[in-house]
Amino acid sequence: MMKENVTKAYSNERGRVREVFRRLFKRVTALIGLIIVLIFFVSALLAPLLSPHDPLEHSLAHKLANPSWEYPLGRDELGRCILSRIIYGARISLLIGVIVISIGVLVGVPFGVVSAYYGGKVDFVIQRFVDTMLAFPGILLALMLIAMLGVGLHNVMIAVGISTIPVYARLARSSVLAIKARQYVEAARSIGSSHSRIIIKHLVPNSLSPIIVQSTLHMATAILWAAGLGFLGLGVNPPTPEWGAMLNGGRLYIRVASHVATFPGLMIFITVLGFNLLGDGLRDALDPRLKT
Amino acid sequence: MSALLQVRNLKTYFYTDAGVIKAVDGISYHLQEGETLGLVGESGCGKSVSALSILRLIPNPPGRIVDGEVMFEGRDLLRMTEDEVRGIRGNRIAMIFQEPMTSLNPVLTIGFQIGEALELHRQLNKEEAREEVIRLLQRVGIPDPDRRLDDYPHQFSGGMRQRVMIAMALSCNPKLLIADEPTTAVDVTIQAQLLEIIKELTSRLGTAVILITHNLGVVARYVNRMAVMYAGRIVESGPAVKVYGHPRHPYTIGLLASVPRLDQPRKKRLIPIDGQPPNLIHLPAGCYFFPRCSYRLNRCSYESPELTPLDSEHLVACFAETTV
Repeated sequence: MMKENVTKAYSNERGRVREVFRRLFKRVTALIGLIIVLIFFVSALLAPLLSPHDPLEHSLAHKLANPSWEYPLGRDELGRCILSRIIYGARISLLIGVIVISIGVLVGVPFGVVSAYYGGKVDFVIQRFVDTMLAFPGILLALMLIAMLGVGLHNVMIAVGISTIPVYARLARSSVLAIKARQYVEAARSIGSSHSRIIIKHLVPNSLSPIIVQSTLHMATAILWAAGLGFLGLGVNPPTPEWGAMLNGGRLYIRVASHVATFPGLMIFITVLGFNLLGDGLRDALDPRLKT
Repeated sequence: MSALLQVRNLKTYFYTDAGVIKAVDGISYHLQEGETLGLVGESGCGKSVSALSILRLIPNPPGRIVDGEVMFEGRDLLRMTEDEVRGIRGNRIAMIFQEPMTSLNPVLTIGFQIGEALELHRQLNKEEAREEVIRLLQRVGIPDPDRRLDDYPHQFSGGMRQRVMIAMALSCNPKLLIADEPTTAVDVTIQAQLLEIIKELTSRLGTAVILITHNLGVVARYVNRMAVMYAGRIVESGPAVKVYGHPRHPYTIGLLASVPRLDQPRKKRLIPIDGQPPNLIHLPAGCYFFPRCSYRLNRCSYESPELTPLDSEHLVACFAETTV
């Protein structure tokens, strides 16, 4: 009988993951968000298979052509297929989002958790540093870093990533501060858990849901920022397809050929919305207290 | 017979902006193996702080153990390294807290949380730990333990959670269990069940218990000896039968008179103790109970009475003891 219980334990482990997904699927908005995000990922990964044309192939004879059956979203100022460029652009946006969030979370969260848990001088030093970084508007900080590092996709990702670190440090700190006074942390100490065990098993998992939500929301912001920097000409170099740069390119023709700027803008909007909806849904699904 | 636990002159102070709070101000007591000691007193008298001090769980800052020694199995816990104390916590000395609703981590299953101590101190692997957890849950009377250990704390009622806490505390067969008001947050019918479980399991394991409570009825039923605390000091201690039956300190007398008893006429009025407990930052010069005491003498206002033995077991800290 005991053996049965043990095997059941492992299936329960998987059951919990399934449970989170089940609750995620129950919310329509979260489901819509998930679908948008999935489409975004799939198109980024399978861009060569999905795009109808070569995103770099130009034809000045057909510049600014209206949407047609062959070119569903029309052609841009150099006669390139807008749909293909949007599909390829998802790759850049995905890459930017993932790298930026990774830098922010992997550097910011440990600092925040350590800062809150140990308090005192450690907290003071880390928080004054965070304050200094937060004093600059994020985009300004990113611009400053780009000025130091130089223009280019890698530097944009590093710059935007660094400018999100203080946000995660603050967020992690505040949720750990609230949690560390809870009795179960004291109870964990009373059974002889070490500091690192308390941090990893008790503090981090309990402070994770705001961080997960923040990072999906940040994914949206990061895409926007990258688009913004691309719009300013600080991101990728032409002719690489990037949503912000495409928006910038279409800006001049907004009166004669509105589709050139509209579709990349719409894509940014839908993707950002998708990540926001998913983030919101995840927060609810990850909270075992809301389980019904 | 040497004592399992010997607390001598323990002082725990909290350093705040308003001043130094003497939460525990030089208390001494001892505990034999397998014995149950009741630590009684009203809110804020230092019961919990004195218990947390034993395991060095006082948050620092602002709290600090400034003096004293806590001898446990022949070693002073206050002079051990952090690593050594960690090896004792949960293993040799375990603790149950007051609030079953908040003393379990909401995002981990109870099976995991009970298994934690087993993993830390008994080096069991996952499967062994799981079997042990099922056995522990069975012992504290949780039905269907092999299914329930994968549940989260919010799926349990308050009483059931406190059973989980008891299972967790007793998982490594500790020599000493500190129960900090384990039944305060649950309703009366559950209180009795929980205390019975604690009593039965600890007597089977030979675990000594420090039962912190302000419920005098609980004391009468479940403890061998009791110590009454007031404003961070022990004012009276001795065998429960003696202290309960023949209290000698004015505060103990006041406490007992303010509790309804079944063996007295129903019409009898309860007698409250006048006034408030003292501010722990600005304590009176003499006996801390002086302002509220109805037996007070002149010297009580400037001289502080020591805990002195009446007989071999019964101790009381009062100058007016003979007239009481």
